[in-house]
Amino acid sequence: MSIDVSDIPALARGCAVLGTGGGGDVRTGSLAAVRAIREYGPVPLVNLADLPDDALVVPLSGIGAPTVSHEMIHSEDEPRRVAEEVERIFGRPPSAVMSSEIGGSNGVIPVAWAAQLGLPLLDADGMGRAFPEVQMVSMYVAGLPADLVIMSDVQGNVVTIRPVDGLWSERLARAVCVAAGSSALMADYVLTAAGARGAVIEGTVTYALEVGRATEGVPDPLGALQGRLGAARLVTGKLTDVERRTTGGFVRGTATVEGTGDDRGRTLTLELQNENLVAIEDGRPLAMVPDLITVVDTETAAAIQTEGLRYGQRVTVLAWPCDPLWRTPKGLETAGPRAFGYELDYVPVEELTAHV
Amino acid sequence: MSDLRVGIDVGGTNTDAVVLDADGRVIAKAKRPTSPDVTEGLRAALDAVLASLGESRERIGRVMLGTTHATNAILERRNLGRVAVLRLGAPATTGVPPLSGWPDDLRKAVSAGEAVLPGGHYVDGRELARPGLDAVRRFLDEVEAEAVAITGVFSPASGDHERLVGELVRDEYGLPVSLSHEIGSLGLLERENATVLNAALYGVAADVTGALVAALAERGLGARPYLAQNDGTLMTLEHAARLPVATIGSGPANSLRGAAYLSGAADAVVVDVGGTSTDLGVLAGGFPRESAAAVEIGGVLTNFRMPDILAVALGGGTVVRERGLGPDSVGYRIAEEALVFGGATPTMTDAAVAAGRTPPDDPGWRLDVPQAVAGMLRGAVTAADELVADAVDRMTLGRTDRPLVAVGGGAFVLPARVPGAGELIRPEHAEVANAVGAAIALASGRVDTILPAGDSRSKAIERAKEEAAARAVAAGADPSLVEIVDLLEVPLSYLSEPAVRVHVKAAGPLAR
Repeated sequence: MSIDVSDIPALARGCAVLGTGGGGDVRTGSLAAVRAIREYGPVPLVNLADLPDDALVVPLSGIGAPTVSHEMIHSEDEPRRVAEEVERIFGRPPSAVMSSEIGGSNGVIPVAWAAQLGLPLLDADGMGRAFPEVQMVSMYVAGLPADLVIMSDVQGNVVTIRPVDGLWSERLARAVCVAAGSSALMADYVLTAAGARGAVIEGTVTYALEVGRATEGVPDPLGALQGRLGAARLVTGKLTDVERRTTGGFVRGTATVEGTGDDRGRTLTLELQNENLVAIEDGRPLAMVPDLITVVDTETAAAIQTEGLRYGQRVTVLAWPCDPLWRTPKGLETAGPRAFGYELDYVPVEELTAHV
Repeated sequence: MSDLRVGIDVGGTNTDAVVLDADGRVIAKAKRPTSPDVTEGLRAALDAVLASLGESRERIGRVMLGTTHATNAILERRNLGRVAVLRLGAPATTGVPPLSGWPDDLRKAVSAGEAVLPGGHYVDGRELARPGLDAVRRFLDEVEAEAVAITGVFSPASGDHERLVGELVRDEYGLPVSLSHEIGSLGLLERENATVLNAALYGVAADVTGALVAALAERGLGARPYLAQNDGTLMTLEHAARLPVATIGSGPANSLRGAAYLSGAADAVVVDVGGTSTDLGVLAGGFPRESAAAVEIGGVLTNFRMPDILAVALGGGTVVRERGLGPDSVGYRIAEEALVFGGATPTMTDAAVAAGRTPPDDPGWRLDVPQAVAGMLRGAVTAADELVADAVDRMTLGRTDRPLVAVGGGAFVLPARVPGAGELIRPEHAEVANAVGAAIALASGRVDTILPAGDSRSKAIERAKEEAAARAVAAGADPSLVEIVDLLEVPLSYLSEPAVRVHVKAAGPLAR
């Protein structure tokens, strides 16, 4: 199968749902993807099983400040420079592009990068959702060494980093990003197909497409989305309070949803840090990271990003299980509630909501 | 003496005109059907108020016009100029070229050609690239354009590349130029879209100002003309000729300001009930609250600051059925179809009348319906009241003390009190609130930029305030009376140096 222009709206909707409130606005990425497919043709979607063991997979993502990426849009030449650097280092060209993060903008725009490079897109990603920090990827959890980062900026600069560990990888990549004007394209963990097996989350592009299509032209979009995700409906109600502050480069805050209809009398509080991380009712968590929590418009089932939350919106909060990889000890250590500063022991969403 | 003001507002259905005296009282008003060419309806409404003024028409000092010329031109792809679209952003931004996502027919009607050339700035003010003036010349030599739209990366913070290239275009090609930093805020694609639309509307702007000036001259009026813009303020014709896109959305802004003025409330929720829908807006400190979401005009996304309007499907003509309310309406056929007019379709008007709610000038509508229909109508009133209460709650953001100002031809369907809001005010002349809003408007200017958050911050904010005030004066405000009416600071994340995004708006009464 391949991804064509007509698939982009569904992919964008699905990626927004998997973004759990973060991952960036899918709009610019959609425009870039449509443009690239029109120019270079549809993008084949391949499975890991289709690739020979030594085939190189390049996980790509845009990093930087959202305000900057909406103003200083990326250059069309950036993916090619990263691909050339991969070939220079490994002695052979990459065979596929992979999204590092399927949630939000970084789930959609790799379609554009793959089209520009004339490469297929791997039906997989490194998160199965969106996360704010560089080390919060499946490759890290799987124990692959964080020993290579390739970055390209709008000017054509290419920086290759050989960090000693994930901490230095993050520190150096961020410094390069700031020098490059707070926006860059990054390949982190260049993988062989053999090395990628078990270290990436497979099937997530197809999944995002299906999630996006589930709400297309159906009488009950919310029910259709909930069914497709196998999600628990934490509450349906009205947003009554949104509090946000920017600290340490991240947007933190809380959002309060008061139940309406059958949920009248209930109050759900969401803890936000770029993404929706914990849902609490009466002091008791109903869902927590790394499980997925997304706020959707009750009527249309369209996902609402954390920065789009406004008083008075009629919303439903959905939560569903993350990929099993995140529930391993290393996964929880990397992206469990304590990794975000919450003094909570992880309990799977299906246990927390068994009574709902 | 030239102490009278005329306000004219062109709406989708009617063109309204009012005359205000020096004390701000409405001394004449008129409603005429909006004509397809807009201008005829405008003349008719103007003539109607002039006729009722008699001799005192000599005292008209100013005429303010809010019009849909620009909106219609874009929606109908009519009278649009061919624009050379020039982006200063290479080597960045090539991933999404100009006009991506535009409807094909609009793009065809507007674009004379597009180019992404070197220029623009980084977020911290460094140059992305020097603008290549020869590349600009080569591009412009190839295209046949009536105007040029220039958009530079981070120009709201650093506008000098846009100005440099703009001067070249004016000096060497003699073409009118739209510079994006004068039009929109951060967000390259949305600002670029608004800038291109602005450049495409120069011809329409000339038509509107020409028609207004001619209409005044033919009637021997020496009044100074102004155009209303989307934030509820005015522009001189010279200013409007450069910023025609700012006239889009002036109708709702005028309606909000007029309603507040007539009711005497500076902070209020305005509920405008029409035939098919009800529009709600919020007035904060005398100005319309602006929408945080991106605004689509003719299928094109812009980051224009428009009034935050919530529209719900409830109007005097909304059809009432056993299973519920609307969302369809009998629209202009209400005078034949509604039960109170002897028709056969139960409407919201019938439901309101059955509940004892009638227009203030009680037209003597009576209703005699079977029990089953009466029950259905009662249900419709309950449903409508819930719909309104729900919409009011969304707009008040939980502040329940603000008064509700009811305007529009269908305002009588509203209950005497709406839960979640203060008192319900039904001001006199509410049916021409939009024209009143145009007549009382101030002139304004705004600045949206990125400033360092460190020690130099306060000085930089002072400079931004001065710039906003200067822009208000350029739009026609009295320099001695300009005030800063809005100052918003938002901290930015993921940057090398702490920085804030600053939005400043200045406004003041028109200069004498």
